[in-house]
Amino acid sequence: MAKRVGIEVSIALAEAVKLANVDVIAAYPITPQTHIVEHLSEVVADGEVDAEYVPVESEHAAMSCCCGSSAAGARTFTSSSSQGLLLMSEILFIPGPMRFPIVMAVVNRALSAPISIWNDHQDIMSQRDIGWIQTFAENGQEAFDLTLHAFRVAEDRRVSLPMMVNIDGFTLSHVVEAVELLSQEEVDQYLPPFKPRYRLDPRKPITMGPVGIPEVYSEAKVAHNEALKASRKVILRGWKEFADLFGRQYNPIETYRSEDAEVLLVTMGSISETAMTAIDTMRDKGQKAGLVKIRLWRPFPGPEFRKAAGKAKMLAVVDRCLPPGAICGPVGAELRSLFYKVPGGPKIFNFIAGLGGRDVTVERFEEMVDKSMVFAKKRPKELYEVIGVREK
Amino acid sequence: MIPEFEKFKRFKAKNLPKEELLAPGHRACQGCGEVLALRMVMKALGPNVIVCMATGCMEIVTTPYPQTAWKVPWIHIAFENPASVASGIESALKVLRRKGKVPKKHIDILAVGGDGATSDIGLGWISGALERGHDFTYICLDNEAYMNTGVQRSSCTPYGAMTTTSPPGKKSFGQVTWKKNVPGIAVAHNIPYVATASPAYFLDLMNKVKKAALVKGPAYIHIYSPCPTGWGSAPERSIEFAKLVVETRVFPLYEVIEGRYIMSRKITKPKPVQKYLKGQRRFRHLDEEHIAYIQQRVNADYEKLVRLSEIT
Repeated sequence: MAKRVGIEVSIALAEAVKLANVDVIAAYPITPQTHIVEHLSEVVADGEVDAEYVPVESEHAAMSCCCGSSAAGARTFTSSSSQGLLLMSEILFIPGPMRFPIVMAVVNRALSAPISIWNDHQDIMSQRDIGWIQTFAENGQEAFDLTLHAFRVAEDRRVSLPMMVNIDGFTLSHVVEAVELLSQEEVDQYLPPFKPRYRLDPRKPITMGPVGIPEVYSEAKVAHNEALKASRKVILRGWKEFADLFGRQYNPIETYRSEDAEVLLVTMGSISETAMTAIDTMRDKGQKAGLVKIRLWRPFPGPEFRKAAGKAKMLAVVDRCLPPGAICGPVGAELRSLFYKVPGGPKIFNFIAGLGGRDVTVERFEEMVDKSMVFAKKRPKELYEVIGVREK
Repeated sequence: MIPEFEKFKRFKAKNLPKEELLAPGHRACQGCGEVLALRMVMKALGPNVIVCMATGCMEIVTTPYPQTAWKVPWIHIAFENPASVASGIESALKVLRRKGKVPKKHIDILAVGGDGATSDIGLGWISGALERGHDFTYICLDNEAYMNTGVQRSSCTPYGAMTTTSPPGKKSFGQVTWKKNVPGIAVAHNIPYVATASPAYFLDLMNKVKKAALVKGPAYIHIYSPCPTGWGSAPERSIEFAKLVVETRVFPLYEVIEGRYIMSRKITKPKPVQKYLKGQRRFRHLDEEHIAYIQQRVNADYEKLVRLSEIT
C-alpha cells in the first residue's frame, strides 16, 4: 500500500527509480543532482535493487554508457545538471533517433560563467532540441510520479524514445516534502518489464547507428520527429492509467483559477507553487489573474495550451533562462509562435526571472501581472523584461 | 598466469576460421591495413560478439545505410566513446543475465577506435572503462593520423611525418612530437592484458585477439594499420610496411600479461629505419639528421622494452 512519508525530493525520485527495478544506472556526480545518485548507489550496494551502478568518469561517458546499456536491452537511468548536462550534450542528441528509452532526471541549475550551483532553467533550455520527451515536476510527489511515468512512456514500443523529468535544483531537489510513495506491487501493476523491440544480440545481429547518407538522413530525422510528436498519445494514456490506479491525474498543461482570468501567468517547474500563492493574493485583491503551468515541454502540447489559455487577454510568460541576443526567452518564443496570427489570441509578455537561484517571490509574480496590464495599454520596447535584477 | 590461457587453442595456418563476419563489399580503400586487421580480429573472435565502434574510416566504410558489412551486432554512437558504450553493454548483459532476461552464455564485447579516437579524443573514456574493470577488449587500429577527415596529425602520428596539419615547411619538418605510447598508458591501468600487433603477422594478431577476449576484465590491443591513402604509399606494399615496421623495431610486437612484458618477436638483427621510411611520401622530406634521430630513438625505445621484458 502507498505510504505518505516526509522525504527529500531527490530521495523520493531515486526511490521511484529503484521501484522501477532499474537495470543499469550510469552517472557522474554534479551538484545538485548528487543526492539522487548517492541514494541509488546505496540501494544497489544494499541489494535493494538488482542493478549495475556504473560510476563513469564524466557525464559524456554517462550518456554514452546509457546508450550502450539501453541498446543491450537494459532499463537504464541517469541524472545530471547544468555543466554536466552540457558535457553530455553531444550524446544527448543520439538516443532519440536511435530510439533508446533512457530515462534521466535533470536537476535544473544555472550555467557558467559565472559558475553558479543554484537553480534556473538555462541548462535544459540550452538542450531543448535534443529530441527527448521532457516533463517538468512542480513538487516532490510529481517528481516521484513523473519518474515512474517516464519509464512507462519511454519504453512503450509505440514510443521508444528517451525521456527526462526536470526538477528544480535545491528549491525542489533538496526540500523535504510529504510524498506518497507507491509500493512495489503498485509500481509493478503500472510499469511492465522492459521488452525492447531490438537489442544487441549475437543470435540476431543488427547494425545500430549506421551512416545516414543524404538519401536517407532527412527521412531519419523526420521519422524521429514524427515519433516524438506521436508519443503524445502514450504520454496521456500513461497519465490516465496512473490516475485510474492511484488517483492522481496529470495533464500536459495545468491551470489554476484561470477560468475568467484576464492575465494568465505561465510557469514551469517548482515556481508554479509560489505562483499559485501569488494568484490567491491577487484574487483576494480583486485582480483577475490566473495561472497556466506547463508540465509537458516536449512534445509541446499546443492544442492543450490553446485550450487552457486561448481565452485570456494576456499571458505573462515566465522564462527561467536568458538567451543572450535573442528576441525573448524560449518559452516566450514558443508561445508567441503558437498564437501567431490566431484571431483573438492573447497578448504575450515575457518575463525572465529567477536566474542562478534568485528567488521569484509572490511580489515578483504580482509585478509581472501589473506590468502586463500596463504593457497591454502601451506596448513595451523590448519583447521581454528581466524581473528582479539590480540596475547597478 | 591467466587460467584461461592454458586451455587456449592457438590459431594456426591450418585452422583459420573460414567465416567472414566482416563481409566483403565494404568501401575501404585498396591496401587498407585497418580493414584487413579488422577482418582478422573478427575471425579470431567469432560470431558471439558485440562490436562498438568509434566514428572513423572503419565505421563509415562498413555501414552506409541501408548497407552493412557486419554479420555480428554492431553499434556506433560517436567518436570518442566506444569504450563507454562497451561499458554500458557489459553492465547491461551482466545484470540481465543475473535476472534471467538473456542467456547465461558469455558474449565478447569489442570496442574499436582509430588512433585519433584512442590516443586523443577518447583517451579519457578508455581510461575510465579500463579503470572500472569492465570485461571487454579495446582495439586501436592505428594508421597514425586522422585519415577519415583527410590526414590530420594525431598524437600517434610518428615523428617527422607529413600530415595536412603537420606539414613540412620552411620552419618545420612535419610532426614534431614522438608517437604517444598508448599501450604503455593501458598497462598503467593494471589491466590483465595488453598487446601490440601488426596485420603482417596475422597469426600473432589473431592469437592476441583471442587471448584478449578470453581474459576476464579489460584488454587492450594496439594494431599498426598501414594507410596507403594517408601515407602516400603503394597499396600493394601495405603488408610489406606492416612487416618492415616490426623488422626495423619501429613498432615492436609484445604482450603485457598481468604487468609482465613479453616480446612476441625479438628483432636481433634490425633493419635500418631508413628501409621502413622509404616508399612513404609522408617521410619523403626527412633529411639524414632527422633519420638519424629517429634511428637513435627507435633503438632506445626498443632497448627499454627489452629491459622491461627482462625485469617483469
